[in-house]
Amino acid sequence: MNDFSAASRAAMSLIAGGDPHLLGIVLLSLEVSLSAVCIASVVGLPLGAALAVSRFPGRRPLVVATNALMGLPPVVVGLVVYLLLSRAGPLGEFGLLFTPSAMVIAQSLLVLPIVIALTRQAAEDAWVDYADLLHSLGAGPLRSAATLLWDIRFSLVTTVLAGFGRAAAEVGAVMIVGGNIDGVTRVMTTAIALETSKGDLPLALGLGAILIGIVVAVNAAAFLLREASVRRYG
Amino acid sequence: MVDVAPLLPLCLNDVSYAAGGKQLVDRVSLTIDAGPRTVLLGPNGAGKSVLLRLCHGLLQPTSGQVRFNGPESIDGRRRHAMVFQRPVMLRRSALANVAYGLMLAGVPRAARLHAAGEALDRVGLAHLAAQPARVLSGGEQQRLALARAWALRPELLLLDEPTANLDPSATQAIESVIQAVHEAGTKIVLITHNLGQAHRLGDEVVFLSGGRVVEHASVGKFLHSPASAEAAAFINGELPWQ
Repeated sequence: MNDFSAASRAAMSLIAGGDPHLLGIVLLSLEVSLSAVCIASVVGLPLGAALAVSRFPGRRPLVVATNALMGLPPVVVGLVVYLLLSRAGPLGEFGLLFTPSAMVIAQSLLVLPIVIALTRQAAEDAWVDYADLLHSLGAGPLRSAATLLWDIRFSLVTTVLAGFGRAAAEVGAVMIVGGNIDGVTRVMTTAIALETSKGDLPLALGLGAILIGIVVAVNAAAFLLREASVRRYG
Repeated sequence: MVDVAPLLPLCLNDVSYAAGGKQLVDRVSLTIDAGPRTVLLGPNGAGKSVLLRLCHGLLQPTSGQVRFNGPESIDGRRRHAMVFQRPVMLRRSALANVAYGLMLAGVPRAARLHAAGEALDRVGLAHLAAQPARVLSGGEQQRLALARAWALRPELLLLDEPTANLDPSATQAIESVIQAVHEAGTKIVLITHNLGQAHRLGDEVVFLSGGRVVEHASVGKFLHSPASAEAAAFINGELPWQ
């Protein structure tokens, strides 16, 4: 219990102190994770909806595969991206390893299957009701996918939040491709891992409390937005 | 536009449809011509909805042909439209629901909103144009579905039990819209369970049982002196107070 009260004191003083160093870590965390979620959503939302309305050979294995990839271990993704971006790797010439860009790439890959799989499921559930109408009105697969995405937009808020949760919480991928370099690639989760290994448990816990607070705040904002929209549009 | 062949008659030639090992429509041959309002009657599971979906192209027959006289669409606009038993409302305003169908039919944006507004006006929903479609009542939603179909100016309108879930006054509102669509020159094909509605809205009856067409007669003849035992039993069953 001592650790926890020390942790809350640490968290309080961190926040109250307005430490610019801490602020940098928090902002980088948000920047990396939100960028990854944006990229994964731009790619994954249309793919998920398209997967819901299309029928082609091999579709079922593809659905199972995207569902399974939601459980991708972050360290494995980190390792693969590391190999791709390292000097000797195929993308080595861009010099992205140990930069925030590399972290965004790794987290995008982690989040993408979540966005595709959850969008596919939500769109497919809606498709049961919409298929006859959209066929009747002459909508092709692309138009149908776009219409479904727009109509299930409130459910997709949860999908995107699940992706954000995944990105904000993982440590393995950003640790490997970012390297936890102070002031350059250090984010909340890697900072927590570092402070824990150094034995500064109160600071680690305090950082953890702040991270949880940020995630809760983002989710609360999304929830309120969704609720207001649902009330407005039915 | 002038030289395009009329859509009707619609000829069903030995049409069968099977799903899940069940023969839902069984060798139906039927000609649906322009003009008289056609009512599809029959007990549950007779294959009425499946037949309507086959006509509209939502289902493909397992054997036989569904053939219209003329092309089914002109410049991307389908010439036949369908209204479903349970209206499916897109999550947008009533006006946007109608405009959506017009957009898919290739109507330019400005003309679209104007035509959608007119269609809403014709079904008496002009005052609800800006309301989200999902919050309308069941009867209003079905009228909106009718407006969405009617705005496309179809030559054939297929209706699958459009008043099945509605109260009498909402039913009456729907029936008067259907009557107006008919008077505007659109061929009506309507599924109903309600003999009163068949009498009010129909000119001819196609009676289905077990996936087959058992009788095809004028409404008066069908209701008063059905030729088949199945039709007689159906009519008696629907009018238990007689």
